[in-house]
Amino acid sequence: MSLVDRVRALLGDDAVDVAATHDGVPRVAPASPDAVALLLGTAREEGWHVRIEGAGSWLPTDAPVDLALTTRRLDHVPAIEPQDLAATVEAGIGCDLLRQQLADRGTWLALDPPGLAGRSLGSVVATATAGPLRQGFGSVRDHLLGVTFVTGDGRLVQSGGRVMKNVAGYDLTKLAAGGFGAFGVIVLVHLRLRALPRADQTLVLEGSREELAQVSEDIAAAAVQPAAHELMSPALARRERWLLAVRFAGSAALVSAEETALRAATGGGGRFTQLRADEAHALWMRAAESFATRPVTFRIGGLPDSSDELLDLLQHQVGDEWISASPGVGAIRWGGETTVDRLRRLRRSLAGLEVPLTLERASWPVRAAVGHFGAYREGVGPLVAGLRRTFDPAEAFVVAVEGAE
Amino acid sequence: MTRDGRSLIAALAGIVGARHVRTALPERITYARDGLPTHRRVPGVVVLPGSRDEVIAIVRLLAALGVPFVPRGAGTGLSGGALADADAVLVVLTRLNRILRIDPRNHLAVVEPGVVNVRLSAAAAPDGLLYSPDPSSQTACTIGGNVAENAGGPHCLKYGVTATHVLALEVVLADGQVVELGSLSGEPWGPDLVGLFVGSEGNFGIATRITVRLLPIPRAVRTLLADFAALRTAGEAVSAVIASGIVPAALEMMDQSCIRAVEDSVYAAGYPRDAAAVLLLELDGAQEGAVAADAETIASILHAHGARSVTVAADAKQRERLWQGRKKAFGAMGRLSRDLVVQDAVVPRSALPDVLETIARIAGAYGLTVSNVFHAGDGNLHPNISFDGRVPGLKARVDKASGEIMAACIAAGGTITGEHGVGLDKLRYMPLLFDGDALAAMRAVRLVFDPEERVNPGKVVPVHACREWVGSVKAERGTRNARADVRSDFRVPTSALET
Repeated sequence: MSLVDRVRALLGDDAVDVAATHDGVPRVAPASPDAVALLLGTAREEGWHVRIEGAGSWLPTDAPVDLALTTRRLDHVPAIEPQDLAATVEAGIGCDLLRQQLADRGTWLALDPPGLAGRSLGSVVATATAGPLRQGFGSVRDHLLGVTFVTGDGRLVQSGGRVMKNVAGYDLTKLAAGGFGAFGVIVLVHLRLRALPRADQTLVLEGSREELAQVSEDIAAAAVQPAAHELMSPALARRERWLLAVRFAGSAALVSAEETALRAATGGGGRFTQLRADEAHALWMRAAESFATRPVTFRIGGLPDSSDELLDLLQHQVGDEWISASPGVGAIRWGGETTVDRLRRLRRSLAGLEVPLTLERASWPVRAAVGHFGAYREGVGPLVAGLRRTFDPAEAFVVAVEGAE
Repeated sequence: MTRDGRSLIAALAGIVGARHVRTALPERITYARDGLPTHRRVPGVVVLPGSRDEVIAIVRLLAALGVPFVPRGAGTGLSGGALADADAVLVVLTRLNRILRIDPRNHLAVVEPGVVNVRLSAAAAPDGLLYSPDPSSQTACTIGGNVAENAGGPHCLKYGVTATHVLALEVVLADGQVVELGSLSGEPWGPDLVGLFVGSEGNFGIATRITVRLLPIPRAVRTLLADFAALRTAGEAVSAVIASGIVPAALEMMDQSCIRAVEDSVYAAGYPRDAAAVLLLELDGAQEGAVAADAETIASILHAHGARSVTVAADAKQRERLWQGRKKAFGAMGRLSRDLVVQDAVVPRSALPDVLETIARIAGAYGLTVSNVFHAGDGNLHPNISFDGRVPGLKARVDKASGEIMAACIAAGGTITGEHGVGLDKLRYMPLLFDGDALAAMRAVRLVFDPEERVNPGKVVPVHACREWVGSVKAERGTRNARADVRSDFRVPTSALET
């Protein structure tokens, strides 16, 4: 029996789409977490290699495999609980649809990941791609109460729960978040929500990178606490010069007070321009979506006092056309065209500065060569390898975790 | 056997010096409990290393001999998690108490595991910074213990539990290998092994260097005390506050039994003795005007949801007094009876009113006194059962009541522990929460870090409840489903007991 026939027999005719992928790999869309488990259990038995897809709009769907497993049909929202500020959501739902459903219930997921609006939540969690809101609300893992994932041999593993604090057992949620699918397919996510902000204000300032870096330092020194504080390259912001965008979100009193403090800290009233709501929405959306249009995107984790040095290094080694940096936390996202050799050289340079580079998206040949993470520190490789064997004993998942270097 | 024991003690003394190895029974008995009085295990040997190098040497020695060991901080834990059996060595880390670095520009600190929680904030204060996780035991508990348990505290409602604040770790694995996890920025070099390590209750190794995030000390603070005539009303007010969109730094609740215990103690805080419950709330931030406005909004919400009165602390002294009553409540409850069982369940916040009533019903049915003091904003309950363990049959009733309380919390969509950890105390509840696959997955992960299961054995995962995990492997050897023999016949020599 062929692979397609076997899958159809397992999950039904409508679960398999043979013609949809550009590389001719059959795409399978299980309709439930149990169906995902059934499929992967069979993959283990048959020795099939599998790539995980969400909406297919972030990581290129080009890994060489026997079948593509898409979470697109796992798009239900079993629970939104405004009183508890928590939600239980299937991983295949698009972020735009989820955002709307949450807003209808007066709630908000304070994450603004890069990528197209319809990017799946599971993809955001699996790749741990936070956006500018990381400044005020933390990284992806800080929004997770728990996840359920399916291992490479078809076991459903629940981790965490739907309550605000939980230390019952080891925190496997942390392993699933940012694991790039190496440990399993995330099928269900329990989210920590916030109340929809009563006020949401974005202010921008154009200038040279050096000028804006100084303004950023002034903001930090004045203990202004923005929700987002982002330095964008001219191409990304679609401006003549670099753009510093500062966003406040919360109660009206908070936003008003923070804006006043920002203006006081940065040399008086007129320097920053306050954007209308539609302008602000367009700015943040454009910035997020731009990274889905670049062939390569990576993030680096620096420190606030090294932001300038790291931006110089990026400019020197790979160019600085598409950059979004959070000077308050030291994180930088880069998008553009580059080569495997340049990426390797940059990663080595950064490693010398104790700064990790995580490759977020690139074509399979680049991912396979460079890896999402590259080489590990001494002693860590065997741990990661052991964890991968634990959760994917037959190496069903084709994920370029370490790369070929 | 005795010779083995003696040679082990001699080898440990060779590493740390004889005065830092405790072998006499009276000395070892002082380590037989943690903060939870219901579990008692006397360790075979206690060793107190004074440096990371000594920790590494000890762990390598124990690995070579196949001897189990248990890492321990100040011993303030509330789950029986840092107790060692007679066949194990207790590695006490309180001498590793140096703050290695405070970096005010990047808001981070590097500390050894034995640094007492509150000391770090005190050291960072001149730079306008603090270490946010603030367990009630923060004047005694250590950062290393906080990492092992993923400790919480009142102010974790707004700022997150320990895991949120740990950026990087230097860890000594069970075989003595040293690995560095995470980075100063918090961006991992690979999968998030820091996140996995935090809260692993010592099962994955010993953290010898801990890099944490520091936060600015809030420039503006408002502390509010609201009192209620009914427990249910107070629970409903919690949900209303949370739904308002204003996130308090802390939102704590105490019931009448707890209020009276505090007011009868030296920690009396001025809580109204006739209240069925009080809520203690704190709002903070960088902007005075915003915090003041939010405090007014919250006060209005509390009044609208049944608060008899809302008092705002007039000054730092009153604020401190209100908080002291809350933080010392467990100590004050010691006045109620000889023994105390401390629970640590978490429920969805909206379930608080119903669950609190259920707990009261269970207490009534078993004829027990239950006092509630807890992190209401997180839904993190601490129903505390006071009893006298000398009364025949009473402990069994307490155990049954505890089980029913846990079952009620799980039925409400909750969990069995929010910040104290599983340890020994909640092992029996794990199968109520996780199926065999999830438990087996946890055990398999533990085997990657500790293939012989020698580090803090017998805690967290009830091995009997694990389904077989076919993919279970050891990190380096690649052996599937095999356990190396662990020497469990080590005993401290009789002569040591008589020292």
